[in-house]
Amino acid sequence: MIHRKAWLATAVTVALAFGLAAGPALAQNEQFVPRLVYRTGPYAPNGIPFANGYGDYLDMINARDGGVGGVKIVYEECETGYDNDKGVECYERLKHKGPTGAGWVDPLSTGITYALIERATADHIPVVSMGYGRADASYGAVFPYVFTLPATYWAQADAFIKYVAQQEGGFAKLKGKKIALVYHDSAYGKEPIATLEKLSQKYGYTFLKYPVSPPGIDQTATWLEIRQQRPNWVFMWGWGVMNSTAIKDAASVGYPMDHFIGVWWSGSEPDVVPAGAAAKGYKSGTFHGAGQNYPVIHDILKYVYDKGKGHGTRDKVGEVLYNRGVVNAIYDTEALRTAQAKYGAKPLKGEQIQWGFEHLNITTARIAALGAEGLVVPIHLSCANHEGQGNVRIQQWDGKHWHFVSDWIQPDRDMLDAMYKESALAYAKEKGITPRNCAQVSQAQ
Amino acid sequence: MEIVAFLHALLVEPFVAMWQNPEFLLEVAIGGLLTGVMYSLVALGFVLIYKASGVFNFAQGTMVLFAALTFVGLLERGFPVWASFLLTALAMIAMAFVIERLVLRPLVNQDPIILFMATIGLTYFLEGFGQIVWGGDVHPLDIGIPKSPLIIGGVLINEFDLVAAAVCGVLVTVLAVFFQRTAIGRALRAVADDHQAALSVGIPLKNIWVIVWAVAGIVGLVAGILWGSNLGVQFSISLVALKALPVLILGGFTSVPGAIVGGLIIGVGEKVAEVFWTPATGGAIEDWFAYALALVFLLIRPQGLFGERIIERV
Repeated sequence: MIHRKAWLATAVTVALAFGLAAGPALAQNEQFVPRLVYRTGPYAPNGIPFANGYGDYLDMINARDGGVGGVKIVYEECETGYDNDKGVECYERLKHKGPTGAGWVDPLSTGITYALIERATADHIPVVSMGYGRADASYGAVFPYVFTLPATYWAQADAFIKYVAQQEGGFAKLKGKKIALVYHDSAYGKEPIATLEKLSQKYGYTFLKYPVSPPGIDQTATWLEIRQQRPNWVFMWGWGVMNSTAIKDAASVGYPMDHFIGVWWSGSEPDVVPAGAAAKGYKSGTFHGAGQNYPVIHDILKYVYDKGKGHGTRDKVGEVLYNRGVVNAIYDTEALRTAQAKYGAKPLKGEQIQWGFEHLNITTARIAALGAEGLVVPIHLSCANHEGQGNVRIQQWDGKHWHFVSDWIQPDRDMLDAMYKESALAYAKEKGITPRNCAQVSQAQ
Repeated sequence: MEIVAFLHALLVEPFVAMWQNPEFLLEVAIGGLLTGVMYSLVALGFVLIYKASGVFNFAQGTMVLFAALTFVGLLERGFPVWASFLLTALAMIAMAFVIERLVLRPLVNQDPIILFMATIGLTYFLEGFGQIVWGGDVHPLDIGIPKSPLIIGGVLINEFDLVAAAVCGVLVTVLAVFFQRTAIGRALRAVADDHQAALSVGIPLKNIWVIVWAVAGIVGLVAGILWGSNLGVQFSISLVALKALPVLILGGFTSVPGAIVGGLIIGVGEKVAEVFWTPATGGAIEDWFAYALALVFLLIRPQGLFGERIIERV
């Protein structure tokens, strides 16, 4: 009896010892990702699908591949409510978690991005502002820890003008046309103005501006003015309830939907569904595909939803903002994979993953291997270029689904690079930052 | 010279533009009037509760949202429109009972500011509770209200806005009859005039509070259905309360006609300002202009256009 007790005690002790030893060992092989999300408040309809897509992709990578390079991705969500103060609080609370601290941060808000740029740069944690944030941060010599891939608002504005020129029969046909911008009266909404003004001087179109006071639940005055002015094309830089209200009001004054193009944050299901049949024909920019018809999405359904572990419901998988979350997670994990190739397959620090972002090269072959053909566009970053090629496509709502109606549009890189550099150098001068010499950085690496 | 040019743009050009294009001015004014009706609908809920209990109900916007979410939630589960309306109205009455029992009754005789703060708490509770029950998605709402634009004499009028104005008219008539012609209405007016005197003649204050919160909830339901049909039922609907505040400042917190007339003045004022003063100001002025307009009225009539004049003797 005594022997049995002794054996049992020994077995328990050994099991505990192994458990205690194995626990930290397992925890040490984890890459921590802080996840700033907004699942509550007025912007929740946009925040929820994005957060679900991002989380589902990471869960799928963990379930299917055991993580990235054998390193499991762990994350913690922090609710920002799309509020800048809460965003900073979330960042500060999570940045030291995990064995190596935060690997990167996706602020999911232009305001939070602005608030984090200096903090994250000091902390050596990459800020990935995918399709939002400040466009001039694309100039990596001044903003080493900010990444704007795969395209900025300035690139998108240029791509819109190229698309309109295609539709009108060439750039020469833009002369004398009226192009209007209905925009959220905030720093975000004003982002494309400089680009569109510059292009109006180049191509001779009249540029009309219509600011909308946030949140934009009533736009009667704006659309009555548009009815008077009769612009040939209307672009929209909106957010949240402003988008669906604008689409309804445009329909109520009889504006043709196929000449109304929204920024990619005005082109998802929550923007068009409330407008009902009125939204049919409405267009928007995008930098990724929509729908479930991609192998990577099938894998999410197989490894996550079939196991009952999805963040959302199966029918929402493939919506525009859901897929945007997936695309964001693909870029982030590919940067981690790139960094692992240099520093080893282990949990990495933010500054090591920053190297991964600056050497990110997602080729067509890699996209095929990821099962994301048509979902994402090839991208190649460098020390000086944190945006990539800035390609944009136009999609159209047919009443039930989004469909591409253009090929990838390459914006004017020379013009954009010059604009980024000029603005970033002004920022550097204001902040007393000495820009990096990217030629030397490349040689040193 | 720049100042002269600015003053010219501010004080002369807008009126020249109105003179040169009276048809457009009429179109903007009609659009403003019809939008103002929508603001009035929300303002009515505030007025009812303030009139009967002296409480500024910060949660009115969230009550509009909660009612709309419940209504559309029932519709999506297969209930017909009339049943969804009836069940939601019952839910709002039940909510009035709960609020009276759990929030108002324990705070009887407290300062109005305490009751106001309690309604702030109620706002956040209802938003969170609404999201738990009905989710955070945008719910399209179509109950068959026509939305086509009508062109009458070259002036564009939206059919939806006309229906909303008609609904508002019916609602105000019903409320007027309720306040003037029924025993409960008379009791409500007595409580509004003097709590102590009303209690002394046997009017049960607690029941009155339940009734007035229930009526405000049902008014919120009507507002929620109309705003939800326009925007889709989503959490931003609660922000329409911000549009009702200048209406209340202008019309007075205790007057049903004030809420209507205030809504119309704010609606027309902000739309005309937005359209004709944009060249001088850069646009996006309608939100703060509504408050500025209300404050100008306050300088002339501090109690609002139709508010009760308060004279306190020391």
